[in-house]
Amino acid sequence: MCIKNSNMSETFVPSDYFPVVIFFIFALLIGFGTLLLGVVLRPKRPYTQKLYPYESGNPPVGEPRYKFSVKFYIIAMLFVVFDVEAVFLYPWAVAYNKLGIFGFAEMMLFVFILLIGYIYVWKKGAFDWE
Amino acid sequence: MNTANYLVDITMIMPELTLICVALILLLLDLVVKNKEVLAAVGIAGTLVALYGTYKLFVFHAPQSVFADMFVLDGYSNFFKLIFYLNIILTILISLKYMTIEKASFGEYYSLLIFATTGMMIMASAADLIVLYLGLELMALSTYILAGLMRKQLRSNEAALKYFFLGAFSSAILLYGISMTYGLTGTTNLREIAAALQTLNIMESPAVFLGLIFLIVAFGFKVALAPFHMWAPDVYEGAPTSITAFMSVGPKAAGFAVMGRVLFEAFGGMQMQWNSILIPLAVITMAVGSIIALAQTNIKRMLAYSSIAHAGYMLLGIIAGTPEGLASTANYLMIYMFMNIGAFAIVIMLRREGFQGENLDDYMGLAKSHPLASALMLIFMFSLTGIPPTAGFIGKFYVFMEVIRSGYTYLAIIAVIFSVISAFFYLRVVMYMYMKDPKEDVTLTTSSTLSIALAITAIMVLILGIFPSFLLNLVRSSIPG
Amino acid sequence: MSTPQVLFAYFAVAMTILSLLVVTRRNPVHSVLWMLVLFIHIAALYLFLNAEFIAAIQIIIYAGAILVLFLFVIMLLNLRKEETEKRFQKQWLYSIAISVLFVFFLVLIVGNITVIPPPGPYTADVIKSEGHIMTVGKVLYSEFLLPFEIASLILLVAIIGAVVLAKKRIE
Repeated sequence: MCIKNSNMSETFVPSDYFPVVIFFIFALLIGFGTLLLGVVLRPKRPYTQKLYPYESGNPPVGEPRYKFSVKFYIIAMLFVVFDVEAVFLYPWAVAYNKLGIFGFAEMMLFVFILLIGYIYVWKKGAFDWE
Repeated sequence: MNTANYLVDITMIMPELTLICVALILLLLDLVVKNKEVLAAVGIAGTLVALYGTYKLFVFHAPQSVFADMFVLDGYSNFFKLIFYLNIILTILISLKYMTIEKASFGEYYSLLIFATTGMMIMASAADLIVLYLGLELMALSTYILAGLMRKQLRSNEAALKYFFLGAFSSAILLYGISMTYGLTGTTNLREIAAALQTLNIMESPAVFLGLIFLIVAFGFKVALAPFHMWAPDVYEGAPTSITAFMSVGPKAAGFAVMGRVLFEAFGGMQMQWNSILIPLAVITMAVGSIIALAQTNIKRMLAYSSIAHAGYMLLGIIAGTPEGLASTANYLMIYMFMNIGAFAIVIMLRREGFQGENLDDYMGLAKSHPLASALMLIFMFSLTGIPPTAGFIGKFYVFMEVIRSGYTYLAIIAVIFSVISAFFYLRVVMYMYMKDPKEDVTLTTSSTLSIALAITAIMVLILGIFPSFLLNLVRSSIPG
Repeated sequence: MSTPQVLFAYFAVAMTILSLLVVTRRNPVHSVLWMLVLFIHIAALYLFLNAEFIAAIQIIIYAGAILVLFLFVIMLLNLRKEETEKRFQKQWLYSIAISVLFVFFLVLIVGNITVIPPPGPYTADVIKSEGHIMTVGKVLYSEFLLPFEIASLILLVAIIGAVVLAKKRIE
């Protein structure tokens, strides 16, 4: 029941991305490898006192949760938006020579609109870390 | 890169550019100016400038297609833009005092309203599915934020959350429909889709029908057709009342504008197919809206269900399948805007410090203490029911006329039956106001801008009811064959 | 079956399983981590379409920014008892039945597509010769200018929304 004219294998050459796969495998190997090495080589002699969370000698009281400040969320949200802006800048920069003066003006308009957003956030105090 | 071409393009989107500039100015003004009335005034002034711009561009009788055929300027889009301009002006007028009472008087409110209106205008002028989607997202995002503006109230947060979740799902379905249509026709431009459907001869294909279903579902969500209406009562109830007024008209008009354009231009040859979906949807919508509204005690929820029912009536104009049918839907939307915003303006009047004023019981005996307000509410309720000589009757009359002319007489009969059922809950408000004794003393919050808005809406509802030909001719000339 | 088809089969099956894992985990942080693996698979799928720029953006934005946002929100919500409470609605059986029916019809309809439209101007060879990012750059800022500028407005509205709804007001 496949689609008859499957032209997927035309120009996609998987071997092009072989280096990426090697890189990935090495990253996994190194990451897991060091952890595994630690687990294997560590001496394991746990007793109750050692497993308690460290509180400078005092016995721990209550749950280890604290009031999370919402400013982390605002910063992450703003990061997403400005990251998307940066991503729009990449192909523009690559194709800059072919786009002429209008290409420049369009991107300046885009950046200007987001600049106004930036000024707005700045003056509203979302960047103040207390 | 053709310079002359760019200048033409920019001239054609002047109204949208004006509104964007106004929104940006408002955003920055909010940082320096403390008085919200200045912001409202700038907002209204900017909208009037944009309206003037649209009026000047109205002289092009042939549709102008700019920006690589993605944005089209024709009478259809200009008429809907007129609805959007009036919508935002009336919303700003009714919200000044109200947002201060709700302690949510943020300057961003006006900016977001203008962004939402810009999104709607882009939707009305979209000739390409991608621009349509982006306009829809712009409008939707702005409206999600506006619905949640009363941050301290739980039901406002709930409203924004529900609206956002279901809106995001419907956007996903819309994108799925767009991608299916693109995959099957090779283009996202509405005209070219129609041409491709013709040359490839795939109008009978179930895959194209599936794509069409996804598109209709997504648009149906935006205009709150049943069974995609679940968000409407909670969102309408929880959002600030001025935003509810804005939301009940704006996204609905924009949704119908795109539905008309996509169904008539892109899928014009498949009328049998989309009518086969739309007819049951319209019947269920009218039924759900009219019947469930009977049980409501909160007037905002009641007006939400009434809004759902009205979407059903408007859908009949599209079902008629002719340009005149589309014109009757546009006509109904303009009339609906006046009567709905008027009704919500009265709901806003009842809200004062410490008293919500949203229960139907609060309207008891209003006629004795505030005869003028009750009289205005009577006009709006009569108009929503569709009683002559109000404009609501004219709106329904023309939609029913077109649907009968296209051969769906049974639909008109069903619609009339549900209109009669809906009379019960509309006239119940009137009965409470005039024939019951007041439970407690109700003082109304009035302000000059609210009175102006009430005057405009009430007068338009009465004038359009008695002299409908002006609007009708405007609509008929805007939406040619 | 050629190598690309085998690889595609792996990615398709893996993505389905991963998305099921994302929605069924007890611990929300586990869900987010499975989502990260899902995003990497989606990026790989873009490579099949010669869209290496989109694959890179997928990693940068989704795995880099949006996932971090998800994690912050989960930390903000401070869920402890959610991890042991019921995760699914009582109508889960009906939902699964409807989903299976939907997928069945989808496969039936899409599998029987016979007519494919003619290819447009940006065929795979054109993209291969110039590189995907150059092609996107050339098209995005000339033909698709209007969608690009509207996207800037949407980003601005997102900024306003984040500040309006989340910022503590000092009044």
